[in-house]
Amino acid sequence: MTSHIVEIDDLSFGYKNKLLHKGINMVFPRGKVVAIMGGSGSGKTTLLRLIGGQIKPTKGEVRVNGEVVHQQDRNGMFKLRRQMGMLFQHGALFTDLSVFDNVAFPIRELTGLPESMIRDLVLMKLNAVGLRGAHTLMPPELSGGMARRVALARAIALDPSIIMYDEPFAGLDPISMGVICDLIRSLNDALGATSIIVSHDVKETFQIADYVYFVANGEVAAEGSPHDLIQSTLPFVHQFVHGEKDGPVPFHYTAPDYQQELMQRG
Amino acid sequence: MDRSTIDLWVGVLVALGVAAFFALATKVGNLTASKLGETYTVTADFENIGGLKPRAPVKSAGVVVGRVDRIDFDTKQYEAVVSIKIDQRYAFPKDTFANIYTAGLLGEQYVGLEAGGDDELLKNGDKITQTQDAVVLEKMISQFLYNKASESNSDNKPTELKPEAPAAKSTELGDVPF
Amino acid sequence: MANILSQIIRGLRKVGHRVGDQIWRLGAGARLFFLTLTYSTECFRRPRLIVREMYFTGVMSLIIILVSAFFVGMVLALQGYNTLQKYGSSESIGVLVALALVRELGPVITALLFAGRAGTAMTAEIGLMKATEQLSAMEMMAVNPISRVIAPRFWAGVLSMPLLACLFSMVGVLGGHLVAVAQIGVDVGAFWSQMQANVEFVDVTNMLIKSLVFGVACTMIALFEGYDAPPTAEGVSHATTRTVVISALSVLGLDFILTSFMMV
Repeated sequence: MTSHIVEIDDLSFGYKNKLLHKGINMVFPRGKVVAIMGGSGSGKTTLLRLIGGQIKPTKGEVRVNGEVVHQQDRNGMFKLRRQMGMLFQHGALFTDLSVFDNVAFPIRELTGLPESMIRDLVLMKLNAVGLRGAHTLMPPELSGGMARRVALARAIALDPSIIMYDEPFAGLDPISMGVICDLIRSLNDALGATSIIVSHDVKETFQIADYVYFVANGEVAAEGSPHDLIQSTLPFVHQFVHGEKDGPVPFHYTAPDYQQELMQRG
Repeated sequence: MDRSTIDLWVGVLVALGVAAFFALATKVGNLTASKLGETYTVTADFENIGGLKPRAPVKSAGVVVGRVDRIDFDTKQYEAVVSIKIDQRYAFPKDTFANIYTAGLLGEQYVGLEAGGDDELLKNGDKITQTQDAVVLEKMISQFLYNKASESNSDNKPTELKPEAPAAKSTELGDVPF
Repeated sequence: MANILSQIIRGLRKVGHRVGDQIWRLGAGARLFFLTLTYSTECFRRPRLIVREMYFTGVMSLIIILVSAFFVGMVLALQGYNTLQKYGSSESIGVLVALALVRELGPVITALLFAGRAGTAMTAEIGLMKATEQLSAMEMMAVNPISRVIAPRFWAGVLSMPLLACLFSMVGVLGGHLVAVAQIGVDVGAFWSQMQANVEFVDVTNMLIKSLVFGVACTMIALFEGYDAPPTAEGVSHATTRTVVISALSVLGLDFILTSFMMV
């Protein structure tokens, strides 16, 4: 058994002739919080879906616990996903189920546990995210931050060894952001899990991540610990970390010469 | 939504639906009416059955006593052979008379039985010998017209041919074209 | 000249694209149908899932079905009486109402109302579940969304439709009875006996067959449109509209086909 729980090896993925990823290599060591950062549309979320086996790579492979994800049959995929928990961007809570039933959902569906034990488990998980008192509420009654926490409780309901976060900080107020931030770190350490965070919020991510990959143009543009990356002199990383308008990521979408195009139309 | 409320309402839906189905089958449709008990089968030959169809009612004195089971064609006699299923409860004498009647002017055709006076009763597989054909409306009308025509100008030659044509036609079709 | 030609070619290309698109959708719909059938074992082991969905499809459509049926029956009786009395056979009104309801209006109108009430709700619900990544979340929890979300709704729809059609026809007949007997004054005995003499049991079973087929069609269309909807607010609203349009057309088309087979 390798020390890396997830390995991405020369991974390419794309639709038709436009490749989103061109030969990505990443490793995710056990017990660490690893972040994947990059601009919008750089294929970060797609990477998570590739790890989860929801889509198949065009080339290369993703290995989880040494097993190639896209070669699994239904049963193998089932086993792999049992070890994963995923927090979706907007929580993806089931709107017709209460908070309690949402957290209980994976336990009920995948285990044959008796209802009394499910109750204890659910309340435990909800307590971990500080929402035990809200277990009777319905998802529409929750604030954005609370919904995210309930979804987090659901993601860890079956004690996964890999927890994936898709933009966990997007659209939250600063307080909720801080809460989620703390939860990700503390849950990771408490469960002994490996966390993969996809985000573009530099400040929060750098606070909790052990290691960060920067993705740009379908490739890993930079990698390292947050400390190294802040001091990085790579132009792209510098632009991203400091939020500058123009740089290697251009302000303008690729276009023909401005003057020439204006003349043509006229 | 409470579990037991859902169960209750779905139960109501199913119960109502099934009740409606049975009501449709028995009250609206003729599931019970078409169900005869033990039956015995007799046959009757007709030269012309008009528009009689299988499952048509068999009545005696207006009471449904059976149903037409099947209708065959006898290629030797060139006659229709109508098989009738009669409820075991109703016994008819051997010399019972079978007619084909029409319910109303344009209604469905049915078989009417008129009991005779014989002591012996009809048994399974027996044949009713005394029958009367369906009244074909077309035939009646043409006959009526022919009579009228012969009354008004009795020396007209072509009228001789007239009754032949429609009569032949009506037996050929054997049905009222309505 | 070349301009016109290029326009024609562009037009043809558009038509071809449309046709290709529709055929693709038909295939995708058929695929979902077969997947639903193959993944149905799960929801048969847990009938609670189906019961729950029957509440949302069947029970929720109950009011609209019953009220419409009552009015349809009453209107049929009024219109029928108007014409029948000219021929002096106003007691055949029961036959007219019952045959019209059992053979055609019962299953067809039920299916149309079902598509409008339950079908759109299903499309919107599934479309939103997709748009808010609930289906993806389920997949990531190693729960198959087809067996957990699609299949129970499918069977709930298929089971609800015949029940609703029976209710529609029966309530329609009662509505007709109310107008014919209480308002117009047709003899009660004649009303029912004429009806019983002319409505066959086959008509009732044919009604069940029709409504079962409509149930499969309407539910599957609603589910497919939701499952296939682009995960945006606009996509879901378009899908909901399409559910109604496609359901209505398929119900009427299927009705013609089924009726022509049943008449033989």
